[in-house]
Amino acid sequence: MAAIYSLYIINKSGGLIFYKDYGSKGRMDTNDSLRVASLWHSMHAISQQLSPTLGCSGIELLEADTFDLHCFQSLTGTKFFVVCEPGTQHMEALLKVVYELYTDYVLKNPFYEMEMPIRCELFDINLTQAIQKDRVALLGR
Amino acid sequence: MIGVGKIKQYANVLDKPLSKGKQEVSLSAFAFLFSELVQYNQTQVDNIAELERRLEDAGYAVGARVLELLCHRDKGNRRETRLLGILSFVHSTVWKVLFGKVADSLEKGTEHEDEYMISEKELLVNKFISIPKDMGTFNCGAFVAGIVRGVLDSAGFPAVVTAHFVPMEGQQRPRTTILIKFAEEVLRREASTYNRIVKR
Repeated sequence: MAAIYSLYIINKSGGLIFYKDYGSKGRMDTNDSLRVASLWHSMHAISQQLSPTLGCSGIELLEADTFDLHCFQSLTGTKFFVVCEPGTQHMEALLKVVYELYTDYVLKNPFYEMEMPIRCELFDINLTQAIQKDRVALLGR
Repeated sequence: MIGVGKIKQYANVLDKPLSKGKQEVSLSAFAFLFSELVQYNQTQVDNIAELERRLEDAGYAVGARVLELLCHRDKGNRRETRLLGILSFVHSTVWKVLFGKVADSLEKGTEHEDEYMISEKELLVNKFISIPKDMGTFNCGAFVAGIVRGVLDSAGFPAVVTAHFVPMEGQQRPRTTILIKFAEEVLRREASTYNRIVKR
């Protein structure tokens, strides 16, 4: 079964504002997840500069032997990325769903401070639902 | 010109029927506006009770206007004079115009004679709002409570209206209950001989 290992959201200056892991593989402590977030932020920026194509928007997919990393960057520079089992399908769609949930339950929440870590109950609830729904959809294939 | 002649001309502006208005606005636009309202008020206060009061006051102004408009548009310039009449007016007519649906329930309080409750599983203003743990029992439904108070007060039913979260069994999210506590004079008037005669 294809599995999602973890989900990250980083703000436009590279700070980790949301981290959640699913399942046992690729688990990380707080320090490591912060490090991965800022590392990815820099790599993403560098890839944009080094790319031979004009108007490149940075790495979208990183394929490694043991995992795939899918990344989606919103227009405001917030990055969403998911680490999953190699070959997992439909991760772009999932990231779009996560982005939609972020705009709804985080940005429309008057108690959320921009660029700060996300602590919104409704976001957590709906995110869990979205990921579960996705898993069911993947299982049904 | 296109369309001229289709619109009936009224000599007097007062004869013109009041337009029904556009029925819906964007939920996102409303959510952002409401979020800003809460954020602005948050900068103006130093405690949560004060914030609740300010939101309620903002709602009060809406309620007073909504009553005026709906009495004119839907009820031919009449307003409800009986307690149950005005409550069901709030529960159905007002709710429908503001939130596009009738409120989930309208109940009478079990402990006190003067208390009524309007409950909503998912209040529109709370749809995207998560209350941080350190804010305790604060509920942005205070704005809706203010609307209800505005309607009731302007219709001659002074009341204290508050919004509360009520945990539901088997549900992840609590529902919001708008608690209405009527002033003593309202109940006295309701029980008066005049009202009993009118009823017959």
